[in-house]
Amino acid sequence: MSLSRMLENWSRLNQRDYYKDEPIMWGMSIDLNKCTGCASCVTACNAENNIPAVGKEKCGSGHTMSWMRIERYWDLPEGEADLAVEDSEYPERGAHFAPMMCQQCNHAPCEPVCPVAATYHTPDGLNAQVYNRCIGSRYCGTNCPFKVRYFNFFDYQEDIPHPMEMLLNPDITVRSKGVMEKCTFCVQRLRNAKGDQADKGIRGHVEDGAVQTACQQSCPTDAIVFGNLKDETSKVSHAWESHGVELNRHEQFNAEGERGYRVFEELNVEPSVMYLDRVRDTNA
Amino acid sequence: MSDFKMKDIEWAKINEDVLASLESPRKAFWIVLAVCFALVLCGVAAEIYQYNMGLGVALMNNPHYWQTYISNFVFWIGMSHSGTLLSAILLLTHADWRKPIYRFAEAMTFFSIATAAIFPVIHIGRVWDMYWVLPYPNQHAIWPNFRSPLLWDAFAITTYATSSALFLYIGMIPDLAICRDKAKGWRKKLYTAMSLGWMGRATEWIAFQKTYVLMACFLVPLAVSVHSIVASDFAMSIMPGWHVTSFPPYFVAGALYSGCAAIITLFVLLRYLFKFEAYMTPEIMDKTARLTFAIAMAWNFLNLSEYASIWYSHDMFEHEMLIDKFTGPYAGVVWTMLFCATVVPFAMAWKKVRVNMWAMFVISLLIQLGMWLERFQIVSPPLASNHEPWTQVVVWPGLVQMTITAASFGWFTMLFLIFCKVFPSVSMYEVKEMVYHRNKHGKQKLQDLDKIKDDMIKTEEGLS
Ligand code: SF4
Repeated sequence: MSLSRMLENWSRLNQRDYYKDEPIMWGMSIDLNKCTGCASCVTACNAENNIPAVGKEKCGSGHTMSWMRIERYWDLPEGEADLAVEDSEYPERGAHFAPMMCQQCNHAPCEPVCPVAATYHTPDGLNAQVYNRCIGSRYCGTNCPFKVRYFNFFDYQEDIPHPMEMLLNPDITVRSKGVMEKCTFCVQRLRNAKGDQADKGIRGHVEDGAVQTACQQSCPTDAIVFGNLKDETSKVSHAWESHGVELNRHEQFNAEGERGYRVFEELNVEPSVMYLDRVRDTNA
Repeated sequence: MSDFKMKDIEWAKINEDVLASLESPRKAFWIVLAVCFALVLCGVAAEIYQYNMGLGVALMNNPHYWQTYISNFVFWIGMSHSGTLLSAILLLTHADWRKPIYRFAEAMTFFSIATAAIFPVIHIGRVWDMYWVLPYPNQHAIWPNFRSPLLWDAFAITTYATSSALFLYIGMIPDLAICRDKAKGWRKKLYTAMSLGWMGRATEWIAFQKTYVLMACFLVPLAVSVHSIVASDFAMSIMPGWHVTSFPPYFVAGALYSGCAAIITLFVLLRYLFKFEAYMTPEIMDKTARLTFAIAMAWNFLNLSEYASIWYSHDMFEHEMLIDKFTGPYAGVVWTMLFCATVVPFAMAWKKVRVNMWAMFVISLLIQLGMWLERFQIVSPPLASNHEPWTQVVVWPGLVQMTITAASFGWFTMLFLIFCKVFPSVSMYEVKEMVYHRNKHGKQKLQDLDKIKDDMIKTEEGLS
């Protein structure tokens, strides 16, 4: 069983970055300049991934389940404390929006803490969550600095009124109570795309644009770019490169005109999602 | 010797007194037992409700995933530590004032682990799959994750529970034999089976002493490692407020501290319920209180050094976290904790207080309250003030969580009282030993173990 498998692969498992020779590593880039905060990505994500709508009451008690959320931050003039928000409802410089979902960290703090190894790293750079294996200790959730894991505090699927269950996406499971879930980069679509390629006899390569995540697909301003970071011709690696963001660095050195950063980079969690800073009118 | 005022207790009387405690406790015993049982029933009801509805009814929510179940877990594990301290460390250091009270301290150790072990079960989302944390060969062909501190917890608890149960049992064998000789009915059967044919021969005593000391040597480092592992649940994470390197020693000190307070509480309770006034004397209380005070100071030092190291560090998040603890929504909890666990123990500086049973009872309860809040303020505030400003939510434990917490106290006290009713809660043979030595050597301290052994052999020969 797995012990012998572990011993067989010992030297490979011991190697640092042992996924580095894999042909695919999924990554994303989100342009906050383009994001209008319309939340269609959130809606698309909910529909694609069978995420339950928990209702007003449970939303109020903090049991919201959306894997993707739009965080709104008021832009305050340099040096002004956030107290200002209380004074005026719409501060002059407006708000900015940050779509936030699992950053598919390459040094994911959620992975080592799971007692049953229900969350682990796949060779193509995803932080996978195995619902069937999850026992609900919620340690991953507390240790995720982005707080993008969502726990099924109730059996939401039982509340779906009758014909509505027809709306569920058959490609993905419906989670039961006591299980942790989170953004998967629409792993069902990625697996399908890989399968399609394999049918054509191509392995380890998915054409850029052949697969889209639900949020990317529905974004009206194309703020979200998704693709293979190992593929140098892909749009996403182009975005990363042209905005001076690199993997394996925990501080990005943006040159003039480069706006790239990864959230909480100083924690060294190596997110696979890059954000492009909003351009502000500093004179306002 | 006179400071224990025990030389007058005759050997036969020791047996009688202790055995009487098995038969006729005060009426209050039954009242306390009934209250505890009622609490347990409430807790079971709450758990059934939570099991059926889902964990949401406990009012934890999405970024605030952990709350009182975890803090209770840490609290109860912590409480178990001073039982080991009293019986094992003080055994190895020949502090013989421990003798009349160590049995119940050991029992406390075991039952508080039994209580702590319930909390992971209540806490996790899918209890029915809980056994997956154990490394057993299975058809999933998958191991648990050995890097996870929660898995280390599972090992630590099982090891600690087994060995403390063994320690308690081994230490009790000679007494069980005494009980066997006196008892009737179902008790006779029980004690006969459990005393393993103990005859009190010199060879048996020698083997017994060896085993007992060996177990003590094993338990001391184990206890330290167990709570260090519990501390690494927090210290191994990257959350501000949990990611503190000094947590393992801090947790061990905190464990000993709350445990000592629990010993004082139970000391007073047992003394009253089972009429042990002649054994659990104010002088012993005095020593226990001094020990508690010393540990309190160690805990306070570690607490302060934690604050200081955060305050002078450059970690912005930790910094915010600390400020938030003292001024934020959970400030009340933190200040109450500091009052109960830092200010209150100074009352023990006065001897008058230390020998006053009821004063000590109140102080020990306050300290325990403080230490419970300490665990709460470790778990909750960091979840309400972490890296991600968007998800900072303040959550207070709801009715379900509080009922289950109260039930855990009921459950512990219930088990403990039943133990004291069925088994001798004062060690008869050790008290005799103490009386014997005090009569024989006067103030002279016991030098080494060999001597004790020789004396014991002689005594046994003299007896038979
Ligand atoms: S963002 Fe959170 S859930 Fe996603 S991989 Fe990183 S730590 Fe894990």
